[in-house]
Amino acid sequence: MNKARHNKTNVIAAHAALIAYTLIALFPVFVIVINSFKTRRAIFREPLALPNADTFSMVGYETVLKQGDFFLYFQNSMIVTVVSLFFILLFGAMAAFALAEYRFKGNTLMGLYLALGIMIPIRIGTVAILDMMVATGLVNTLWALILVYTAQGLPLAVFILSEFMKQVSDDLKNAGRIDGLSEYRIFFNLVLPLVRPAMATVAVFNMIPIWNDLWFPLILAPAEEVKTLTLGSQVFIGQFVTDWNAVLSALSLAILPVMALYVVFSRQLIRGITSGAVK
Amino acid sequence: MPALKLENVYKSFGSVDVLKDINLTVEDGEFVVFVGPSGCGKSTLLRVIAGLEDATKGSVFIAGEQVNDTPPSRRGIAMVFQSYALYPHLSVKANMSLGLKQEKQPKDLIETRVQKASEILSLNDYLDRHPAELSGGQRQRVAIGRAIVREPKLFLFDEPLSNLDAALRMNTRIEIAELHRTLSASMVYVTHDQTEAMTLADKIVVLRDGRIEQVGSPMELYNNPANKFVAGFLGSPAMNFLNKPDGQGGTIGIRPEHLRVAKGGKITGKITHIENLGSDTNLLVRTDTNEPITVRLFGQHAMDVGAKVSLTYDEDQAFEFDNDGLRVMR
Repeated sequence: MNKARHNKTNVIAAHAALIAYTLIALFPVFVIVINSFKTRRAIFREPLALPNADTFSMVGYETVLKQGDFFLYFQNSMIVTVVSLFFILLFGAMAAFALAEYRFKGNTLMGLYLALGIMIPIRIGTVAILDMMVATGLVNTLWALILVYTAQGLPLAVFILSEFMKQVSDDLKNAGRIDGLSEYRIFFNLVLPLVRPAMATVAVFNMIPIWNDLWFPLILAPAEEVKTLTLGSQVFIGQFVTDWNAVLSALSLAILPVMALYVVFSRQLIRGITSGAVK
Repeated sequence: MPALKLENVYKSFGSVDVLKDINLTVEDGEFVVFVGPSGCGKSTLLRVIAGLEDATKGSVFIAGEQVNDTPPSRRGIAMVFQSYALYPHLSVKANMSLGLKQEKQPKDLIETRVQKASEILSLNDYLDRHPAELSGGQRQRVAIGRAIVREPKLFLFDEPLSNLDAALRMNTRIEIAELHRTLSASMVYVTHDQTEAMTLADKIVVLRDGRIEQVGSPMELYNNPANKFVAGFLGSPAMNFLNKPDGQGGTIGIRPEHLRVAKGGKITGKITHIENLGSDTNLLVRTDTNEPITVRLFGQHAMDVGAKVSLTYDEDQAFEFDNDGLRVMR
């Protein structure tokens, strides 16, 4: 580290602040994970204690794996999240490219219209969405969720990506045009790789809410074979009795795939920043 | 047949006219430089020629063919950009051959053309590298190579040297001039730098506010500027303009190198600054009529800031301009 620009106290203070923040952020996760390995009694008696020989129990995981089709729920959540992200990124980037690259009448208005969705929560339209899904026969299919999440994610994606696309060098796109590349190849081969960091940001932003959402699965796809993980976990939360072991185990398991996806995207983020562009 | 012909070309963005009634011919094998201050429309004009912008009115002919509705890739042109604009994900070789691949040219032809171009530009050792692994000068050579391999009817250069440092700029300038000689190709070159324009061009086109001010060979424009703008734009240091002493309006233009220090001269003033360049000495003088002028003396001179100085010039080397900046012939 450069000594001239970093003195020890500053470094220590910065690290202390960051470590403190990390601890605060990770604490709930930590509590969930340790308690998922404890007996029900131990969870209530000493919620913050680590599991020991007496209190260790896998009963939560056993319940989760036995009851309901948890792997199916996992799969459903995974499909919904990944496919939604794919569509959000694809269509968001395409719309952003059009807004950033082409001069046409109503360009600014269209941009504003597309950004409007950021300010209006999609849940306001739940009844209308349900009506539409019933009319199209999409209720209780994963497509219902994928379509809604894609719509929900697009406004922010278009907004963020169009800003980044404006920064991609015009010369590069024009060089492609002179070399005879189609607009599609300019978009996919030249522009997309350069906005990869922004794409990763958008992906991370959208991934967590989609993965954690309870509202739309509950309303649009409550059938057993299309339940998502969050909805599936609700089985264990009753009005009068809650199977905490099972809930905590289900939550612990639910963290894993998001973490895997996050690692994938964050690597893209770093690679995007370091790739050599123009100049 | 002229390599390029522009007829009454207009370009407007909304209500702003960026190009107004441009008429120009570039002969086959000619090196034409568009020069002008930033915002004069020279880059837009190049883009209209390339097909990256549509002309609002008027016709563009490349090698005798009207190309108004032809996409850039089919116009028979190649362009070199200021920011190099290399494809970051492709190797040098792939960068150079992409255009030909898109034209579906046979592989061996692509191979020979890339070989030839990389020899001319001494890029042989770098063919497998990626743009990120090259220096600025090398990147610009790759960009030029990408243009050469297409063997275009017309080369377009958009301020290709602006991103290079001073020493490299001069080398690359000479390389481009040599390239023009070896390929004897038609080239259009845009720059805001009058030195590049003077040294490279067969023909200079001076633009201002979207209009052509004057067209001619470098020396024609230097020795015979049509107006005050052209006179002031070409030449470094720039021409001095003094109000006519008779108070009738209009100005007299004298180039710094045509002024001499001499006793009993027509102009007297005080030296405000001295630039010693070794080969030349530039004196910045404020005249007694409170006008700044620059004097370029050959060789080295011992002078003092603040000293009084008397300057003279030959009448036949001075230019006269009227109130509208137009040249008055005597």
